Amino acid sequence: MSENRGSWMGLWIGLGVLALLSPIGLIASGSAWGEWGADEFNQLLGYVPEGLKRFAETWNAPLPDYTIPGMGDVPGYIVAAVSGMAIIALVTWFMGRILARK
Amino acid sequence: MHIPDGYLSPSTCAVMYAASAPFWFVAVKKVKETLTARMVPLLSILSAFSFVIMMFNIPVPGGTTAHAVGGTLMAIVLGPWAAVMGISIVLLVQSVFFGDGGILALGANCFNMAIVLPFVGYYVYRLISGSAPSGSKRQWIGAALGSYVGINAAALCTGVELGIQPLLFHTANGTPLYCPYGLSQAIPAMLLAHLTMAGVAEAVVTDAVLAFVRKSAPLPVKNSFKKEVTA
Repeated sequence: MSENRGSWMGLWIGLGVLALLSPIGLIASGSAWGEWGADEFNQLLGYVPEGLKRFAETWNAPLPDYTIPGMGDVPGYIVAAVSGMAIIALVTWFMGRILARK
Repeated sequence: MHIPDGYLSPSTCAVMYAASAPFWFVAVKKVKETLTARMVPLLSILSAFSFVIMMFNIPVPGGTTAHAVGGTLMAIVLGPWAAVMGISIVLLVQSVFFGDGGILALGANCFNMAIVLPFVGYYVYRLISGSAPSGSKRQWIGAALGSYVGINAAALCTGVELGIQPLLFHTANGTPLYCPYGLSQAIPAMLLAHLTMAGVAEAVVTDAVLAFVRKSAPLPVKNSFKKEVTA
């Protein structure tokens, strides 16, 4: 009986609220230090380091910078937050189930 | 703190993968030994939390941004090895799907945020909280200070990895090939962002979520959680 007392629901709801609030993170303009793209380097230095140019595009992420193609920044950010959390929750849940003691 | 591809030389990336690999290996082993089935939802919830809290960019002095990570929080609740696993998965998903942090640089990013951060944070927490009772002032202060020190240790490592690039890798005439900023620029920049805003955010986030988890997790988990936290 006491096994059922309380649930994880409060914490999941908390995560949902954070996803809805996540666009607050868009207000802070500018990149993090050391996370500039090639075009920003042109402005900062007047050139793009050669090796940086070569490896910067090693991988093209489907949803770059938490944007969703065809969606505005704010709704896209929320959808990115929810999808990212869903993927991570599933992967960690499966890994946890496989690894955890019964 | 997510190093993109192109900032570190391929050799640095290889070294950082090699440095992280043994931790990943041991993390899987340790999680297998210590994680109980009823704590699995907490692993998922805190990993998802770490992902979303990193989306809250905070402006820092100098016109750049930084964010909390939630790594010490996970280390306190589930142990540092579970945090290594959880944050590594978060960083993998961020780089693969959202281009936040490079694929080549994933070893380095995991070393900084998924290994150094939770371990330093956890041991500072343990040092301060000692055997203080669950929910005591000393435990709250330990969790907050551990979080603050942990994220700054990670920022320092990131600054060092970026800062050694122009020293080691440049063209014949001295033009940097990768990250063009040396140690004297990279370390102060990373630490300024984290000693001021992100460190405080990480400390506040840890104590707030610890309080929330204590209040709203299912009862049997709360009981085992209490034991683990005071253990």
